[in-house]
Amino acid sequence: MADKIILEITRYSPEQDVEPRFESYEVPVYKEWVVLDALNYIKDKVDGSLTYRWSCRMGICGSCGMMVNGEPKLTCATFLSAYARNGNKVRVEPLRYFPVVRDLVTELSDFLVKLRNVKPWLIRKDEPPLSQGEFLQTPEQLDRYKQFSMCINCTLCYAACPVVGLDPVFVGPAAIALAQRYNMDSRDQGADERMAVLAHPEGIWGCTFVGECTRVCPKHVDPAGAIQQYKLMAVLDWVKSFIMPRGHTSKDVRSEPRND
Amino acid sequence: MSAVNRETIKTTAVYTEFHPRWYRERVSVYWWLGQWQYLKFILRELSSVPVAIFVVITLFQLRALLSGPAAYARFEHWLRTPGAIVLNVISFFFVLLHTITWFNLAPRAMAIRMRGKRLPDLLVAAPNYALWLVVSVVVAWFILR
Repeated sequence: MADKIILEITRYSPEQDVEPRFESYEVPVYKEWVVLDALNYIKDKVDGSLTYRWSCRMGICGSCGMMVNGEPKLTCATFLSAYARNGNKVRVEPLRYFPVVRDLVTELSDFLVKLRNVKPWLIRKDEPPLSQGEFLQTPEQLDRYKQFSMCINCTLCYAACPVVGLDPVFVGPAAIALAQRYNMDSRDQGADERMAVLAHPEGIWGCTFVGECTRVCPKHVDPAGAIQQYKLMAVLDWVKSFIMPRGHTSKDVRSEPRND
Repeated sequence: MSAVNRETIKTTAVYTEFHPRWYRERVSVYWWLGQWQYLKFILRELSSVPVAIFVVITLFQLRALLSGPAAYARFEHWLRTPGAIVLNVISFFFVLLHTITWFNLAPRAMAIRMRGKRLPDLLVAAPNYALWLVVSVVVAWFILR
């Protein structure tokens, strides 16, 4: 007979509830069960109306982010047994600072608009002919941006960032880290376009370096580091614009030569 | 869907046709009390105030020094009052907190690369601490000699 644990889960039905309430469910604890397994158990066996997002259940789709005992977590990577000692309860809530659509489902449009605004794709000013072949990259050039490219858009960093909560127009950790990912890419020529969007009080200067985004990131992207490096780049850019008022663009800031 | 609705999606991404009411939680004024990491952050931000107090005390000390022995004796007398000692002790701890957290954060902001590899965090933070130690020793030598 498996141990049991109580899950306190946020329920919110926009048609009936004025504000969210908690409902408790008793679920069995198996050694290999994660919080998502418990939610699936409730959905299958106890209450089919429980609503939440999930997909891959292996920490790569970024859908199942929720607050577990007040911490932003991927529920597919958070073992139930870690909470099952001494008759503890586990509280599962929707990701903080996002509007709640229903139960544990948050509204992500705002994040997606911010993400699009920072242009997280390769921007080319010149397009060499196909006959020149592919863009080659050395392992060092790959290493410069690889860490930031690990982001899975799970938005745990947004739920950890008090600036996001206090200032909803702040672009936020993941979007800035992804902008930096493309800035650091030797194939990209769009750093100045992104700088125009992000060198702004609602962009990089909105960040007060609480550092929680980095702590909760399940993919070790270090968004806080990316934002501080971006700030340094913006300052150097600004200083250079004084020294070389003409013929200067942000891409000059990058210290490594490009291969194009 | 009307043209107006479609326009709204494009510009503001507020789409409510199938979501009658979203619930948006208000952030409490005391958000920073709920979690140790947030409290630590606020203490670090607050440390700028004692740092400023430290600087002001030093400036007053300098002014007293320039105004002659009598003025400096008066200033020294004030420094010995319990209020001044408490203020200095609190300021000292906040200055320590400020310095240590600042040095620890330095490697995150500075991704220094050598021979194609990023320098380990320790190698970026250590020179800061080393310089701090050297400056402290020099200052101590001046005061205690």
